[in-house]
This record gives sequence, C-alpha cells and structure tokens, in this order.
Amino acid sequence: MTETVTNTPAVKLSDAAIRRRMLADFWFHFKQNKGAVAGMIVFVLLVLAAVLAAVIAPHDPTQQYRDALLVPPVWQEGGRADFLLGTDAVGRDMLSRLIYGAQYSLFIGIVVVSIALVGGIVIGMVAGFYGGWVDTVIMRVMDVILAFPSLLLALVLVAILGPGLLNAMIAIAIVYQPHFARLTRAAVMGEKEREYVTAARVAGAGNMRLMFKTILPNCLAPLIVQATLSFSSAVLDAAALGFLGMGAQPPASEWGTMLAEAREFILRAWWVVTFPGLAILISVLAINLMGDGLRDALDPKLKKS
Amino acid sequence: MIRFLLTKLLYLVPTFLGITIVAFGFVRVLPGDPVLLMAGERGLTPERHAELAHQLGFDKPVWAQYFDFLTRLLHGDLGNSLVTKKPVLGEFLTLFPATVELGIVAIIIATLVGVPVGVLAAIKRGSWFDQVSMTAALVGFSMPIFWWGLLLIILFSGILQWTPVSGRISLMFFFPQVTGFMLIDSLLSGQKGAFVSALSHLILPSVVLATIPLAVIARQTRSAMLEVMGEDYVRTAKAKGMPYSRVVMVHALRNAMIPVITTIGLQVGVLLAGAILTETIFSWPGIGKWMIDSISRRDYPVVQSGLLMIAAIVMLVNLLVDLTYGLINPRIRHK
Repeated sequence: MTETVTNTPAVKLSDAAIRRRMLADFWFHFKQNKGAVAGMIVFVLLVLAAVLAAVIAPHDPTQQYRDALLVPPVWQEGGRADFLLGTDAVGRDMLSRLIYGAQYSLFIGIVVVSIALVGGIVIGMVAGFYGGWVDTVIMRVMDVILAFPSLLLALVLVAILGPGLLNAMIAIAIVYQPHFARLTRAAVMGEKEREYVTAARVAGAGNMRLMFKTILPNCLAPLIVQATLSFSSAVLDAAALGFLGMGAQPPASEWGTMLAEAREFILRAWWVVTFPGLAILISVLAINLMGDGLRDALDPKLKKS
Repeated sequence: MIRFLLTKLLYLVPTFLGITIVAFGFVRVLPGDPVLLMAGERGLTPERHAELAHQLGFDKPVWAQYFDFLTRLLHGDLGNSLVTKKPVLGEFLTLFPATVELGIVAIIIATLVGVPVGVLAAIKRGSWFDQVSMTAALVGFSMPIFWWGLLLIILFSGILQWTPVSGRISLMFFFPQVTGFMLIDSLLSGQKGAFVSALSHLILPSVVLATIPLAVIARQTRSAMLEVMGEDYVRTAKAKGMPYSRVVMVHALRNAMIPVITTIGLQVGVLLAGAILTETIFSWPGIGKWMIDSISRRDYPVVQSGLLMIAAIVMLVNLLVDLTYGLINPRIRHK
C-alpha cells in the first residue's frame, strides 16, 4: 500500500486516486485467497436472502399449517413439494423460517459489532492517547471483563436486563468491546510517537482531531479483522443465547431459538434440528473465511509469507 | 523468577477486586428489590422485610455492604442457595469435579489431536493433508457446538445406539466419590463395567467440548511451526545433516510450542463457556448446567458466587499460563 506512494514520489495523486489504488491493491491480495472469495460469495447470498426474504420465502415464517405438522423434506418419503425443507412441529415452513432467520443473524452481527467497535475505539483511543493513570484504570476494567467467559457474562447480563434479542445484543457487545479497546490502544501507542502525529500537533491540531482524524485511520487494519471475527462470534453467541432461551424469544425464526424449539424432536425429525444449525455453521464459516482473507490482505507482515 | 512471580500476583489483586465488584454489583443492579431477590421469600410483612434487610445487611451503606461481602468471601462464606438452602460453596465443590473432568479430557483430546495435525500440516505445507485439515479446522472453529452435540446424539445415541444420551454414569452403578472424577472413581470401585459406562457417558460431551479448542490449537500449531521452520537455527540444524525428524521434533517443535502453550491455556475460558452449552445438552451435572439452571430459577446467590468463582478460576489459570510461559521462555522472565 505504501509502496505506491514512496516509490513514485514524482507522481502526484489525489486522495481519491490513492484510495482507489489502495482498494485495488487490497482486492489483488484478497482475491488470491480462494476460500475468502468463496466466503464472500456465500455472505453476499446471505445478505440477499435477508434483504429479499419477503420476496423469495415461499411462506409466511409464522404461518402454521395445521395439516402439515413435521412434514419431512421434499426428497424424503412423505415430503411435499410446497415445503421444500419440510415443516416444524407446529407446521411452519422450515425454508421460509431459515430465510427470515438470516435477517436476525445479520442484524445481530451488525448491531453487536457496531456497538463493540465504536465503544472499543473510543475507550482504547483515550487509554492509549492519554496514557498514565487513565490508561491503567481503563485497562484494568477491561481485564476484569475479559476474566469472565464471554457467554457466561452475556448470560448474567441478560439475567439483569431481561431475556430478549435486544438485550442479548447489548450484552454480547459489552463482552466483546474490550478486545477492540485493547487493539486500538496497542495501535495508538505505536502510532502516537510517529512523526506525522507530531507534525499534525505542531500544525495546531487539537486532541480530538489528532485522535480520530490523524491516528485512527492508521490503526484500522487490525480493527477490521477483529470486527469480522466478532461478527461471526456474535452470530454464534446470539444463537447460543437463543438456544438457552435467553436470546430472541419464540416464535422468532432466529436460528438458535429454532434449535431450542426443535430439541425434543431430535430423534423423530432430523430436519428440524439439522437445518437451523447448518445455517448457523455456513454463515459463521463464510464470515470466518472472509476474515482470514481480510487479515492476509490487510496485514502487510503476513502478506508475503 | 521470584520477582516475576510476585509482580504477576500483584497484578491480579486489582483484577480480583474488580471481579468481586462485578459479582457484588450484579445483585444490586437487578431489577427489583434486592432483599426479595436474595431472600427468595414472597409476600413479606414490612417487619419481616426490615428484619431480612438487616439480616442480609441491605440497611447499611453500600461500601459497608461491599466490605462485609469481601470479609465473608475471604472466610469462604458464599451464602446459601435459595432453592436447596445449602451453602453455595459446598454445592460448587460437589459439582466442580464433573466440569473439571470434562474439561481435562476435552483439552487432552484437543491437544493430542490438534498439535500433531498442526505440525504435519506445517511440514507438508500445501499438500492435500494441509488443505483438508485446515479446512476442517476452520469448520470446527465456526461450529455452533450446541448443534454439533445434538447431531452427535442423533448419530451415536439415536441411530447407532452406542452411547447414552445424558448423565455421567449408568444408574446401575453406585460407589463412593473418592476423587470426584468418575473415570478414576469407577476404576477404584472395582465394579465390572463401571469404567466403561463412565467412559461411554464422557466421550460425546468431551468431543463436543474439544471441538473449538482443537481447531484453534491445530491452526496455531501450524502457523507457529511455519514461522519457526524459517528460522536460522532450523536451517543450521538441517545444514549440518541432522535427521529431518529430529530437526522437526527437537529444534522446531520445542520453540513452536511456546505460543501454542499460551493458546492451550487461553482455551480455559473457552472451555468454561463451552461447558455451559455442552453440560446443558448432555445433562452433565457440572457447574455450567448449575449456572444455567440457577439463572433460570432466579437463584441469585448461586449466580453471584458462581460468577465470582468461575472468573477467579479463569484468572488463576491465566496466571499459571503466564508462569509456564516464563519458565519456558527466559526472555519474558528477565524483561
């Protein structure tokens, strides 16, 4: 990324052109990782399914067909063509519920990562930038949060806030936030003594501008990678909370909640258990594959190895 | 080394105090009257309420309440469960061995499989083994283990009928608890078939619990090996004609193990979180299931103390990992 600028000092590039070149450089490295590209394709399909759920889902996800309880998938004996992946115990179409479930998972991922990312950046930036006792106090508090297993802390927070999707998302975001704070702090401490920061300071930039306009853009690479990993963990943890009855509440078609409802049928109707879990696995895997590719493309240290 | 140890211990004090504040504050920020929550009684007269508030110390200022909480904690008094009325510490100590047994077997599986797979993937980089095992590792890393557990139950307990669905041992067997570890106790009891029964109950939950740590360890071992294999001392060892197996096993692996040991240690938090899900699915009577049951039964004294003890355990294990790290890698110790 920096090579373009340093090797050709004579060529003057506009900001937009530099950004375009960085993006092209990033894409060049990203697309060499086949897994990452596959992950991205699956992720795009997932987004499409979530956005177009109302159009592509064959049935209403909460409509109960009383004449079609626990109908197996279409390829199995007794399956029906209007219920491709079968129905659940109260006669709801599995496929439609899975498609609508994508909305929950993506929404959970986006909300959790946004809260954790913004909170973590602000906290980590303040700790790294000011240093001293501010840093010590903040990082000790982060250590305390990290001492609790994430799922357990999220469960307890949900016990305080009350079960439900929104509270589950807030709880997970609180639990993830220290990772972002630590990464930001480490990156800021590395950057703040660099010459360009001093130059900006001498030129009269205030602390706010130094923190968020001068330093932050140079710390983004590890944060983006962490954000991707947190996105997949958030989908997993929210599903786990749903499975334990502490996340999205029935009749929501959240995948974890669907699994919880399906538990008692595991030995009678394999499809009500298999498909929601498979949906979670595929989405999480796709996002993790993408995360691996992002890390390779964004982290210059790992790029050449 | 003593100084290294003392500094590390000193660092734990604020973290531990923070953990106690979280556990103490937890009951106070719950919606509702803390007296009712902690006493677990309903329809109290105002007199009874005042008496209970006094008894539980809720009539004192908050800092005094916290101080009392700490004092009781240091005396090993963690309160009584609202449901069973028994001391929380006693319940914890009865259930803890079940979780430890599950966790230890899981981490042994994860290490015994994960490290060799990682090493092999690294020395055969780019081969089909590397690709297949690393894909499998990524799938394992992305696995919703509560679903994975259900699938294994369908296959091994439902279709094949090889393993039981839940519990620690068949109800046919009864013997005294000596160590609390069912595998050892069943052997000590000398009853025929007891050990096999204990093992068949343990195998599925421990495989489920091992899945994510195994994936992490395999990936970490591979990347640590790749890094070390490029070092000068490995090239020197190869150049002087040392057998390749010795180069890998002695020169490379020993150095590559340093980050891997840290990774293994850091899996303890993952294991405890995973234990909540695994124990719930397999009705394994450990602290994970105990916590979940207590949360849903609103048994807040148990939740409070369980939270505290689990965090303290994670903290201590992390300390042990740090110390081992210092032992293996002198550079850390002398910094």
